[in-house]
Amino acid sequence: MDLFANAIVAGILLGAFYAAVAIGLAITFGQLDIVNIAHPTFVVAGSYITWILNSSYGLDPVLAGILVAPIFFVVGVLIYRVYYAAFERTGQESLSGLAFFFGVMFIIEVVLIMVYGVDYRLVSADYIGKNIDVGFIGLPLRLVVPFVVASAMTAAVYFYLSRTFTGRAILAVAQDRLALQLMGADPVRIKQFAFGLAIATTAIAGSLLVMIGPVEPSLGRVYIGRAFAIVVLGGMGSIPGMVIAALLLGVVESLVSSFAGPSWAPAVAFGVLLFTLAVRPSGLFGRA
Amino acid sequence: MTNRRSFARATVIAGALAFAAASGSLVSFAAQAAEPLKIGFSMALTGGLAGAGKAALIAMELWREDVNKKGGLLGRPVEFVYYDDATQPAKVPGIYTKLLNVDKVDLVVSSYGTNEIAPAMPIVMRKKLVFPSLFGLAVNDQFNYDRYFQIMPAGPEPKTDWSKGFFQLASEQKPKPTTVAIVSADSEFTLNAAAGARKNAKAGGYIIVYDKTYPMSTTDYSPIVRAIEASKAEVIFVASYPPQSVGMVKAAHEVGLKAKMFGGAMVGLQFAAIQKNLGPLLNNIVNYDFWVPEPTLNFPGVKEFLARYQKAAKGKGVDPLGHYLPPYAYAYLQVLEQSVRATNGLDQGKLAAHMHRATFKTVVGDVKFAKNGEWAKSRTLQVQFRDVKPNNMAQFEGPGKRIVLYPKAWKSGDIVYPYKK
Repeated sequence: MDLFANAIVAGILLGAFYAAVAIGLAITFGQLDIVNIAHPTFVVAGSYITWILNSSYGLDPVLAGILVAPIFFVVGVLIYRVYYAAFERTGQESLSGLAFFFGVMFIIEVVLIMVYGVDYRLVSADYIGKNIDVGFIGLPLRLVVPFVVASAMTAAVYFYLSRTFTGRAILAVAQDRLALQLMGADPVRIKQFAFGLAIATTAIAGSLLVMIGPVEPSLGRVYIGRAFAIVVLGGMGSIPGMVIAALLLGVVESLVSSFAGPSWAPAVAFGVLLFTLAVRPSGLFGRA
Repeated sequence: MTNRRSFARATVIAGALAFAAASGSLVSFAAQAAEPLKIGFSMALTGGLAGAGKAALIAMELWREDVNKKGGLLGRPVEFVYYDDATQPAKVPGIYTKLLNVDKVDLVVSSYGTNEIAPAMPIVMRKKLVFPSLFGLAVNDQFNYDRYFQIMPAGPEPKTDWSKGFFQLASEQKPKPTTVAIVSADSEFTLNAAAGARKNAKAGGYIIVYDKTYPMSTTDYSPIVRAIEASKAEVIFVASYPPQSVGMVKAAHEVGLKAKMFGGAMVGLQFAAIQKNLGPLLNNIVNYDFWVPEPTLNFPGVKEFLARYQKAAKGKGVDPLGHYLPPYAYAYLQVLEQSVRATNGLDQGKLAAHMHRATFKTVVGDVKFAKNGEWAKSRTLQVQFRDVKPNNMAQFEGPGKRIVLYPKAWKSGDIVYPYKK
């Protein structure tokens, strides 16, 4: 019983981290239809900046991620401007845009290698390595803190998108760009802002990633499949759907690892994705 | 008059032609003497194993510098021709094909790691080349290639020799533990290590109560460690790569794993950055290693080499101490160098025969190969972390933190047992 309960709890903690990684992609891919394959690489870049601030100045990893987020926002805005000017404006966003983001991914990886080297990087904090025991449930702070931060960030993004004018404009641009224009909002500026917001989330997700385990420049590739699967499973454009999908993936992986064998975990998790899409092609909470 | 002029003209022309022919020969001889001797290889310069790969390359460049200071090999300066395999086995065959068919290298050596060595074997075997290899576990078990030479001191039966010491140490304890958990990543090296552990566990009369693999992309290891804890295994053998080793050690600490022995084949616990970060979490883990700064392993030249490596590695974002792979990366080229000098040529058959016959003096001590190209005698150390302090890399520079428990010939201390009460 305690193994089962711990597996569920571990899965929820892990799922929240997955949601932090995927939320930016839920905006860019889910809502703006931009296939930003470089998204997990931005997360790794966030990890490296967190590592620098932690190892050189002793800054807490979460604080480092939050402080760096505005810089990532600006970077995201600039990247979108290039993408729009080069591809979206001329209608070439599908294949050429995808190739563009592949290029961005490789450039970031190579820059990280040249600046930071290839050795594994880890961060230190007083709470990493400590545990809270609630009865027979063990809660490692190394995963609890990312759970709390990820939940807060996801909730903040969700409320921003659903309750503010700009947030609603971001949701609207995905649904009907022309109608949004008629409302007096510039769709390009809205998408630019949304892309910046998505990249800003990677700074925080990166700080959580480097708390959980060591990072090296190519680690982002491990998360490409997972991040896109979560966005698709949750339903394109749905933040609550993305969260549910992330938690579901985390719990399934954890339960399978505990009881059937860890090597089955990806197969079962992606099996759940395929089954869901077979039954409900738009995803759990997607627009039908 | 005309005849004298014609004769003089002919003499001059003949002389000029003779001079040109002689000059051409001289030029060609000089060019050949100066023509670099090219050694080709792939190396993980990006990707998961790049930390070790780049460190190996620094060591290899130090060797090249040393050899060229002595006038090169066979009177020719040594040059490297290498490409980044990005820790992707699929890239390796193409790289070695290019090295041999396009770059026309004179000699080849391997990349780092089992997963990157195995794909090169068919290419190298087809060309009947000598293939000094860098840290591949049991690669030659399937190929049985008589020109393969492995610098990693796993031993003549690498799969089982690798973990023999680990299980022998467990068997020496009173009371002897009876149950074993074996967990490994889904990858060539780790599966080979786990296969050897399984054999040793059965030979030692252990009951294997947990025996599973996990995908390389696993993020959280606490479900795995909890499942192992639930199996009540007394001895836990883990075969893992660096990020997974960190995940396992942290999860073991968080779960409060109460094993009698924990460790085995965890790559990464030999790396300075990881040792510094894990700190006291490493204490009492018994894991493999190949060189540690214990007094029993002070081979001629190794300390001087490490001092040079550490200076060269500064600011390059690689392992700053270089205890794990660099000495062996230098040594496998020393083996090649000594063979080329001894046979005075590049005849692959003669090189291979010499490598099988000779004992080589290297920075990692004496190296002698068995018939299958592995070390004639295993020197896979079982090392226990002891009294490691938090956040301190300098403590690993000297002896006392990684105690050699096995083999007895290199032992520097006794085991602390159990791992956790």
